[in-house]
Amino acid sequence: MTRVLRALAPVLLLALAIGPAAHAAGSGAALTPYKASLRDKHSLQRGARLFVNYCLSCHSARFMRYSRVADDLEIPREVAKRNMLFTGEKIGDPMVAVMTKEDAEAWFGIAPPDLSLVARLRGDDWLYNYFLAFYLDPDAPNGWNNAIYPNTAMPHALHPLQGLQRALPPDEEGGPMRFEKVRAGSMSDAEYARAVGDLTNFLVYMGEPSRPARIRYGVWTFLFLLAFATLAYRLKKEYWRDIHE
Amino acid sequence: MNKTQNKSKIMQWIDARFPASKVFREHLSEYYAPKNFNFWYYFGSIALVLLVLQIITGVLLAMNYKPDAESAFASIEYIMRDVWGGWFIRYMHSTGASFFFIVVYLHMFRGLLYGSYRSPRELLWIFGMVIYVAMMMTAFFGYLLPWGQMSYWGAQVIVNLFDTIPLIGPALSEWIRGDYVISDITLNRFYALHYLVPFLLAGLVFLHIVSLHKVGSNNPDGIEIKKGKKGNKWDPRAPADGIPFHPYYTVKDTFGIAVFLLVFFAVVFFAPEMGGYFIEQPNFEPANPLKTPEHIAPVWYFTPYYAILRAVPSFAGTQVWGVLAMFASLAVFFFLPWLDRSPARSMRYKAWPCRAALGLFTLSFLVLGYLGTLPPTPGRTFAAQFFTLVYFAYFLLMPYYSKQGRVKTPPDRVTG
Amino acid sequence: MKKPSDSQVDGKRRRLLTAATTGMGLAGTAGMLVPFAGSMTPSARARAAGAPVEVDISGIAPGKQITVEWRGKPVWIIGRSEDSLAALDSLDRLLADPASKAGQQPDYARNPHRSIRRDVLVLVGICTHLGCSPKFRPEFADAKEGAFLCACHGSRFDLAGRVYRNVPAPTNLVVPPHRYLSENVLVIGEDGEAA
Repeated sequence: MTRVLRALAPVLLLALAIGPAAHAAGSGAALTPYKASLRDKHSLQRGARLFVNYCLSCHSARFMRYSRVADDLEIPREVAKRNMLFTGEKIGDPMVAVMTKEDAEAWFGIAPPDLSLVARLRGDDWLYNYFLAFYLDPDAPNGWNNAIYPNTAMPHALHPLQGLQRALPPDEEGGPMRFEKVRAGSMSDAEYARAVGDLTNFLVYMGEPSRPARIRYGVWTFLFLLAFATLAYRLKKEYWRDIHE
Repeated sequence: MNKTQNKSKIMQWIDARFPASKVFREHLSEYYAPKNFNFWYYFGSIALVLLVLQIITGVLLAMNYKPDAESAFASIEYIMRDVWGGWFIRYMHSTGASFFFIVVYLHMFRGLLYGSYRSPRELLWIFGMVIYVAMMMTAFFGYLLPWGQMSYWGAQVIVNLFDTIPLIGPALSEWIRGDYVISDITLNRFYALHYLVPFLLAGLVFLHIVSLHKVGSNNPDGIEIKKGKKGNKWDPRAPADGIPFHPYYTVKDTFGIAVFLLVFFAVVFFAPEMGGYFIEQPNFEPANPLKTPEHIAPVWYFTPYYAILRAVPSFAGTQVWGVLAMFASLAVFFFLPWLDRSPARSMRYKAWPCRAALGLFTLSFLVLGYLGTLPPTPGRTFAAQFFTLVYFAYFLLMPYYSKQGRVKTPPDRVTG
Repeated sequence: MKKPSDSQVDGKRRRLLTAATTGMGLAGTAGMLVPFAGSMTPSARARAAGAPVEVDISGIAPGKQITVEWRGKPVWIIGRSEDSLAALDSLDRLLADPASKAGQQPDYARNPHRSIRRDVLVLVGICTHLGCSPKFRPEFADAKEGAFLCACHGSRFDLAGRVYRNVPAPTNLVVPPHRYLSENVLVIGEDGEAA
């Protein structure tokens, strides 16, 4: 067996050398790495607040229930009802935007996508960078453009927080896009970056709300199977003494 | 004492009506398997475990899934979020699909390595290949069900392959889809077939095992223990190198299954997307018939065949050649028992051309599989063409090269 | 562990290891079956749809009936006058379970009028026989014909939902968990705070 594995090793190495990784990002823009964390409940709560106040008027998260958000993020039901339900929904309802699809298509040309799974589709890095990369663009139909997602139909919903920025030509050919603040928002750059991190964390949480449970059960299952495999190995050894004598 | 008498009475009652003890003896406690099975012999029992798990989780998913273009995508998320334990069942099923192929590929490689397809095991091999084809069909039908972008466009591309068949092609692909594009109608019938084929698969597995127990297992030395010396400590007429399957291989397979589950559940719990190979990112967006994702790749277990398909250029005004090459690459496996002319059965004793050929074939399968996940470039297409030739040469030149070189004499008794 | 050269079979050790491995294997299988079986319990969607219902009962009056849906079942809110309540006591000998001994109601409704507020009765409108929905007949409120008649098999119940003797239905009508948020707002499907 070891002989076979040794023979196969160069094969695998060669296979890896032929092309780049299968799922390299297609957009071309370099992303600042960001790894979402679901541990910090306060960050997730702030993210939920941003989501409800700034995103949910246009975007739905129709696979997510308010009650699930409240329970998972340790927000008391009464507090959640006061701060999340504005149009007569029930706490057990899915998070559906106020705007209808028809209105949205008339206003933006395209219905804003559902955001339940946006984090699993785009990735943590992409979302974090996307929120930082809006800039004023006089040529764009709605006056906004985005360095991560050029010609996005979405206006910068968070601009009251970030302020307004304008694009500068890159330092070198093909370098990253640079920005210049033209009007301050209600948050400093550091505060805004933290807010965007909170929002990204929340979107990642929404993409797979059972992820923390999955990892928790995974550890126990792994330990159980490790013990089981050890026991099974002993049993096998015990019986096979008959054969290997 | 009283208890054992009691039990034997129950067994007597059953045995008078159903041959329970007889089946147990003939297929387990007095079924003599070669004593020298190694690492590669674990995968058969593991594949059986996976089949059972896939059927159980599949039935549970079917209780909450809706085969309807309007609600299919949402019903998957309903399972992932609203159904208690739903995410666990779904991840077991999606991870299980990929692992089923990993395990079956290793099981097949074992067959190639030790000549398990050689006479008298031709039918055993053919049943196995039919199982493999049925698995591919099940996986293909199942992959459409989440109704994500990759599900939709993957099915679109594969079904369009039939379009290239002269004369009947377009009518055939419309018949498969039941529509002019992949649609709600297609989803509905793929669901019906996805539910059906696994049960046929279970029947085929039964035939596979029946024919295995008729001829007996091969082993890493590739010698027939039934033809060798007789008499072991359990039975004077049994093969000297055979040991009762139960308890020796039942305890050994239990250990193998435990280690397998350790790896399997590590993926289920810690990496169910497996970096985009088991669950592809574009599938988190609902199917949109008006927008193709940037890069469509089939799931990893189909990619060697997909690479062969793309490697063959169209000529004489048709692309049917790629499709033919793809189906041929699967069909050649069926003829393997008659292509191998080496005097030795196992790679341990075969001459160097056979060993080199298997190494090159394995290499070509892995490289083609990898190339199939990537968007084509001229360089990659050339590599795919080269390895497609290697792939076919393994089979088609086998009658010639398997007779070349000096074969080592296999021992009379099994080793190790 | 014993040396492999020791050819004596240690039967006790074998039985112990076999039992331990089998036991652990069965425990693991059982552990896996928990989410499998659990997936068939009511999902978050079903629970959200079956969540407690708030009802405004300011329009209720004696002899009047409001029907709301809770968990897919009709729930009646019935207004009662003091006169008809007084008549309830005289019916005891006609009833199968006049003191509501069977657990067909929450503890706070285990009283002669089977309700929190005397003038308001809350009932699940499903006959305890075979699940038809009985009809409310306010005109028979204090008579022995019964205020509720199930048309399917002729079961009769009085104005507190108590079943008559010698009818097919075995038990009183069910009082669902309910509580008052305020004077006129009733929540069905939720028990009150311990009060």
